[in-house]
Amino acid sequence: MYRMFLIKYAEIGVKGKNRYLFEDALVSQIKRTLKRVEGRFSVTKESGRIYVQAVGEFDYEETVEALQTVFGVVGICPVVLLADEGYDRLSEDVIAYMDRTYPDKHRSFKVQVRRARKTYPLDSMELGRMLGGDILHAFPDFSVDVHHPQILLRVEIREHIYVYSEIIPGPGGMPLGTNGKAMLLLSGGIDSPVAGYMIAKRGVMVDAVYFHAPPYTSDRAKNKVVDLARLVSRYSGPMRLHVVNFTDIQLYIYDQCPHDELTIIMRRYMMKIAEEIAGKEGSMALITGESIGQVASQTVQSLAVTNEVCTMPVFRPLIGFDKQEIVDVSLKINTYETSIQPFEDCCTIFVARHPVTKPNLNVIRRSEENLAEKIDGMLKEAVDTAELIEIDG
Amino acid sequence: MEAYLDNSATTRVFPEVGELVMRAMAEDYGNPSSMHRKGVEAEKYIKEATAGLAKLLKVQDKELFYTSGGTESDNWALIGTAMANRREGDHIIVTDMEHPAVSAPADYLEKQGFSVTRLPVDRQGRVDPGTLAEAVTDRTILASVMYVNNEIGSVQDIAALAECVHRKNPRTYFHTDAIQAFGKYRIYPKRQGIDLLSASSHKIHGPKGVGLLYVDSRVKIVPVIHGGGQQQGMRSGTDNVPGVAGFGLAARLSYEEFEAKREHFYKLKKRLTEGLLAMENVVIHGMAPEEGAPHIVSAAFPGVRSEVLLHSLEDRGVYVSAGSACSTHKRNASPTMRAIHAPRELSEATVRFSMAETTTQEEIEYCLETLGKLLGTLRRYKR
Repeated sequence: MYRMFLIKYAEIGVKGKNRYLFEDALVSQIKRTLKRVEGRFSVTKESGRIYVQAVGEFDYEETVEALQTVFGVVGICPVVLLADEGYDRLSEDVIAYMDRTYPDKHRSFKVQVRRARKTYPLDSMELGRMLGGDILHAFPDFSVDVHHPQILLRVEIREHIYVYSEIIPGPGGMPLGTNGKAMLLLSGGIDSPVAGYMIAKRGVMVDAVYFHAPPYTSDRAKNKVVDLARLVSRYSGPMRLHVVNFTDIQLYIYDQCPHDELTIIMRRYMMKIAEEIAGKEGSMALITGESIGQVASQTVQSLAVTNEVCTMPVFRPLIGFDKQEIVDVSLKINTYETSIQPFEDCCTIFVARHPVTKPNLNVIRRSEENLAEKIDGMLKEAVDTAELIEIDG
Repeated sequence: MEAYLDNSATTRVFPEVGELVMRAMAEDYGNPSSMHRKGVEAEKYIKEATAGLAKLLKVQDKELFYTSGGTESDNWALIGTAMANRREGDHIIVTDMEHPAVSAPADYLEKQGFSVTRLPVDRQGRVDPGTLAEAVTDRTILASVMYVNNEIGSVQDIAALAECVHRKNPRTYFHTDAIQAFGKYRIYPKRQGIDLLSASSHKIHGPKGVGLLYVDSRVKIVPVIHGGGQQQGMRSGTDNVPGVAGFGLAARLSYEEFEAKREHFYKLKKRLTEGLLAMENVVIHGMAPEEGAPHIVSAAFPGVRSEVLLHSLEDRGVYVSAGSACSTHKRNASPTMRAIHAPRELSEATVRFSMAETTTQEEIEYCLETLGKLLGTLRRYKR
């Protein structure tokens, strides 16, 4: 019965003269996303609204699911499209719609008519009253409430007549591509995919870097990260995943630095590498999944010491989240199941039994002096030999 | 150079087998259940395979049933006999170091109200016949003992164990999971007192997705898979013609020139074992090399995590497994490591080398040489 969706968007409506840019971005993101859905669609922008119309057969569930991954979409309204064949026919169709959509009739409703085609013989108020009366007559269990209706039935008179009442929530946020690009440090864990999702939600394109440490991490661990990147890219669009071989640097740190500082020093070099690749790729910020106090390397002191190596802004969207809150988002975006597959990632393999939790920047810098001989060459090699995997969820 | 030493996980199909399988799929693709000529042609493949396998095992054709693999055979052996005989008994015996294909259905039966005894094994992975006999009661439906252990290659004296069981209770059935033994030992169920036996095709250079269960004609068993009544109604489902044909040929080829192959296996195993023991701090699990299975060597390299060693070897073209290949997703010590009470520092440092008749002396040398180069570095970096 539905052939059409009305797409609601909020924030981009208030962007002044740039509004059309945001709307165009949203239209193109909707088009891109619908390519993975069975069916053909036309996406149109019409007097401040975006409509998605199916051309021929399509899968309703899949379409709604796909639209729910498009940032900028606040609500998806399935619309019944009626040809204008006079009032009696319209009344019949509206009654049938109410019957089908609301099996339980013990609810209040209001009919709101909008008449874009001013030549329609009845005016909005009149038409609303008449339809409301007919619905009540057909189903006396319904009641009318013009102030706080449980069901707001909208009837729009355009070339055709649009009838809708349901609003399926979208992900919100801003359309992709309206806010630049950032580089996500993606591990195999629960947090980093969520962090990528959250920044992408603000319209930022996301690329990613993963640190691979063979033979200490397996190809399966890498495949898991590719799977995660693919899941995130369902929302964030095409993603360039850079796989950096980090083994030699890790072993060099292990050989040259105090064991309890290994993790913090390692993270500093990961940030450096990520920033280097980000710069080359046109990203203007880094994204991590850090959350204060979650592990030794995420105390405020550790974060400060890690942050110190970067000049780019580092976005940490999960910084104030509890673990459960992060898990909730990962369940929502469907990355949780993949994240909990048990493969080692390179952050855990050499972890000291008691890593430092309150590192001192001067002490860490002094330890890093032990790496002076080779580290610059190793960093360059790590950046130069990174493997690029292009991902499009 | 490449050395594939993970043949207990799976083997490469013999070229002749691949060709036969292809022919059964592309040319004689009929369904043996069809009444027309195409069906008859396809049926010939099955008949031929069955005749060959029955001859190898010295059993009757009608005592062989094809399944989707070793796991299904084991499941059927346990669940099928338990269900068929639950009025006469309610007790099942397995050992502590069975493959999950046996231990999991045993756990399942326990939940269904059967009682299950899990026999301990010694440090070498041997089951004591006396202990087994003691466990058998007049309520025991089935005792299941693995022929060759998949992780450490321990071999049981199956005839002796079966005899113990039958002497204590002649109505108790004896099942053996012979998935790692078939093709490596001459197995004659009738002479060894085996009532049910599971085997798998892909461990002996046949295709994946096909296994067999030998069921002595006296055994009371009910089907687990119900349907169109194929295989005497005991295992429904369209006959897997390519799989069964390939399995039959692979089995026949595996037993050709058997003595020479056996010698080849033990020669490789001897060299591998000696080479490993010559390295610093290496422990070999299981029985003495000449007593254990010809194709499996399980060794621990204390101080190196098995996964790390596996991936380092893999980088250099040497393929081995860490514990059982089926259990890569579980982080706990494997059932066999627990059963032989291997201490943690050994179990988490254990790697299995498993050979095939196609394995060469050069591959073994290359593997040893690679290990020799790697161990020092790997031991230097640890948690």
